Amino acid sequence: MKRGIAAYAVGAYAFLHAPLLILAAFSFNTSRFTVWQGFSFHWYAALTQDRELIESAANSLIIAIVSTALATAVGTLAGYALWKRSIGWISGSLYLSLATPEIVTGVSLLAFFQWMFRYLNLRLGMHTVILAHVGFSLAYVVVVIVARLRSFDPALEEAALDLGATEWEAFYRVTIPYLAPAIAAAAMLAFTVSIDDYVITSLVAGVDSQTLPMTIYSLARRGVNPMLNAVSTIIVVLLGLMVLLSERLRRT
Amino acid sequence: MAEDCILELRRVSKAFGAHQAVSNVSLAVPRGAFFSLLGPSGCGKTTTLRLVAGFENPDEGEIWLNGSRLAGPGESLPPYRRNVNTVFQSYALFPHLTVRGNIEFGLRRKRADRIEERLRAVLEQVQLSDKELRRTSQLSGGERQRVALARSLVLEPDVLLLDEPLSALDPQLRKQVRAELKDLQRRVGVTFLFVTHDQEEALSMSDFVAVLNHGAVEQVGPPEEVYRHPATRFVASFLGAMNWIDGVGLRPEALRLSRQAADGSRRAIVTGKTFLGPMVYVEATLESGETCSAQASNGATGFQAGETVHVSWDAADEVRL
Amino acid sequence: MKRLRSVFLAPTSVILAATLVAPLAIVCVYSFLSRGAYGGVREPLSLENYTRLWDPLYGLIFWRSFWIAGISTAICLVLGFPLAMFIASSGRRKTLYLSLVILPFWTSFLIRIYAWMFLLRDTGLINTALQAMGVIREPLPMLYNDGAVILGLVYGFLPFMVLPLYATLERLDASLIEASADLGARPFETFFRVTLPLCAPGIRAGAILVFVPSLGTYLTSDLLGGSKTILIGNLVQNQFTAARDWPFGAAASLALMIIATALLFAARRSGEELL
Repeated sequence: MKRGIAAYAVGAYAFLHAPLLILAAFSFNTSRFTVWQGFSFHWYAALTQDRELIESAANSLIIAIVSTALATAVGTLAGYALWKRSIGWISGSLYLSLATPEIVTGVSLLAFFQWMFRYLNLRLGMHTVILAHVGFSLAYVVVVIVARLRSFDPALEEAALDLGATEWEAFYRVTIPYLAPAIAAAAMLAFTVSIDDYVITSLVAGVDSQTLPMTIYSLARRGVNPMLNAVSTIIVVLLGLMVLLSERLRRT
Repeated sequence: MAEDCILELRRVSKAFGAHQAVSNVSLAVPRGAFFSLLGPSGCGKTTTLRLVAGFENPDEGEIWLNGSRLAGPGESLPPYRRNVNTVFQSYALFPHLTVRGNIEFGLRRKRADRIEERLRAVLEQVQLSDKELRRTSQLSGGERQRVALARSLVLEPDVLLLDEPLSALDPQLRKQVRAELKDLQRRVGVTFLFVTHDQEEALSMSDFVAVLNHGAVEQVGPPEEVYRHPATRFVASFLGAMNWIDGVGLRPEALRLSRQAADGSRRAIVTGKTFLGPMVYVEATLESGETCSAQASNGATGFQAGETVHVSWDAADEVRL
Repeated sequence: MKRLRSVFLAPTSVILAATLVAPLAIVCVYSFLSRGAYGGVREPLSLENYTRLWDPLYGLIFWRSFWIAGISTAICLVLGFPLAMFIASSGRRKTLYLSLVILPFWTSFLIRIYAWMFLLRDTGLINTALQAMGVIREPLPMLYNDGAVILGLVYGFLPFMVLPLYATLERLDASLIEASADLGARPFETFFRVTLPLCAPGIRAGAILVFVPSLGTYLTSDLLGGSKTILIGNLVQNQFTAARDWPFGAAASLALMIIATALLFAARRSGEELL
């Protein structure tokens, strides 16, 4: 029985990992067809020539960095405040943002922005994307921070107060150092979620804020493209490493 | 302030929802004393400590420290503005700081002068000079407690508050640390307000003991007085075993058992005995039906269940309430 | 202290108001309006959009979404249970095996779908390999159908089934299994009469965690299903872009959202049993 299950597990893990591994393997194929014809880096080299890919990657990076920074800062403060005393509508909204299907979040943001733009003289662009990203990353950050705070001894803050620190000093000098690994982990999580988003971004991006997932999507629709394999491999490896690091940090 | 009291609680009450944790408590803690708050869990002793520290605000009453008011109706000073410091039950040492970092934390917050000098002195006092740069996770239980003490003492508080500081230690270590703590207090001279549920601890270390029950003070006094002359039944039974014969209280060590009758002795049948090493507890039932437990030296192991014995005591040992 | 807390929560409140509360409120309002002449919205208020959802055309879409999500969930359960059992009984390596399940999910969802496109299309790897081996002459149409969508959903959301199952199995009191054997039940009987019932909370939680995102999926059905598989998510997206019927799209979104949140609340209660 045990050996049967172990054999099954091998199959299951193969199912889970093979597609990406195969994708990566064929990114090194000299030919553009799905017949192996030799090892080559030239699709990776071709990536550097593709202006659309590079520009959208840059956009994605900017959006991810800015939204991650904002979401992490705001979410850390919120997680701490909610840990002290939960406020119904805020906790509820954060759960709701995790529960809402992406397509609903996307269209509702689109509707809201267009409605707002009747009164403000703005259009869809990087700023709307960034705002949207901060919106959906926030809940992930709060969850990570609150989880870490569950193992935080409140007596540590009381001790700081007892020894002469004000509430802010206690937070800054005792709680934040304790939260540091969780803050880093949350930031990486927010970054990952932001870099990969297609559904919401595609709805609220303007004409000149194409992101990498949007480029990948249009390439994928057009057909098999070894450059797509190459960029996919790079992304998967980077994000994979980031997630591993994030998990390591969360467990310290 | 009465006499030379450094800390005074005047009719302090505190409730949490429907639960009255502290009820009309008044205490006067003399300067330089080792003052214990003793009682079972839930009696309000920790809440009282936290009221003095500033982590809770009293619903009623006032708290005075060294002539100035810490808390009263309406206004209440936050913990960082009170000249008292707390040694927490879990020690609450900052894990991201070294021993040195922990101890100088309060000095840095107050931007004190002569930090180095004061740090050295207190490290000497608690004998941790060689462990200055260690992380707190690398210390033993006893060492962690000393860091917690040093961290508070270096700030020279008017009163040091200790919340069951020995409960986290191994039983063997506890007796040794008890003596060290008592010695430290005498040397340093700081007033200690010490919370514990262990009556042996309270009796052996304190100059004064306040026994609390259900949020109220049942009795305050030096250990010997509280033990020998308990004011209520609760205090009598909490501070050690107590036999009640004809409404009179008698400690097990006050009862004498003998096979011979004597003047005023009572007959009883032995129902059992418990051997505890240095002494034996012999349980017996009197003719009146009341049971009692007598402490005898281990030489008296001869008594068997079912035997008739005679119980006697000195009138001076009687506790009448 | 209270001041500090309010300051800390202020930015979050603003962001939530702007990215969640207000947008959803607008969608709510729009769902009762009508489509404007050039897109956009206009009065009058009516329930027309909601009654339109009952139209067999759209009813079919909803039904198909439930069907596909349901099948995917069932497959995830069957595939995920043995895997969860494996991890729960793997001793020291539990965290490693668990991470190996979760890790793919956190890379890129879009890329993982593309990976299956790479494998399944007519010129994809599987067809090329099978043709090269002479097993088939014409490529098999494995992409752009419901099956591909289900495959994509199972592949994407399997970890969400494995994790709660693992959590329940880990917590299972081994002595209950032993007691069952002691009382005469054979392994087969013990599994169905003791183990499985005891895993009910995990099964419930896992099922909902797979079903809900599957129900609201957009990318999987868009890329793997082609234009043949229109699910609720695709309907909503279409109404807000090509079809330009925002009010109707809003009504469909709300319908989806209400179903999703209701199911997830049920999952939270189940989840609390696990904690």
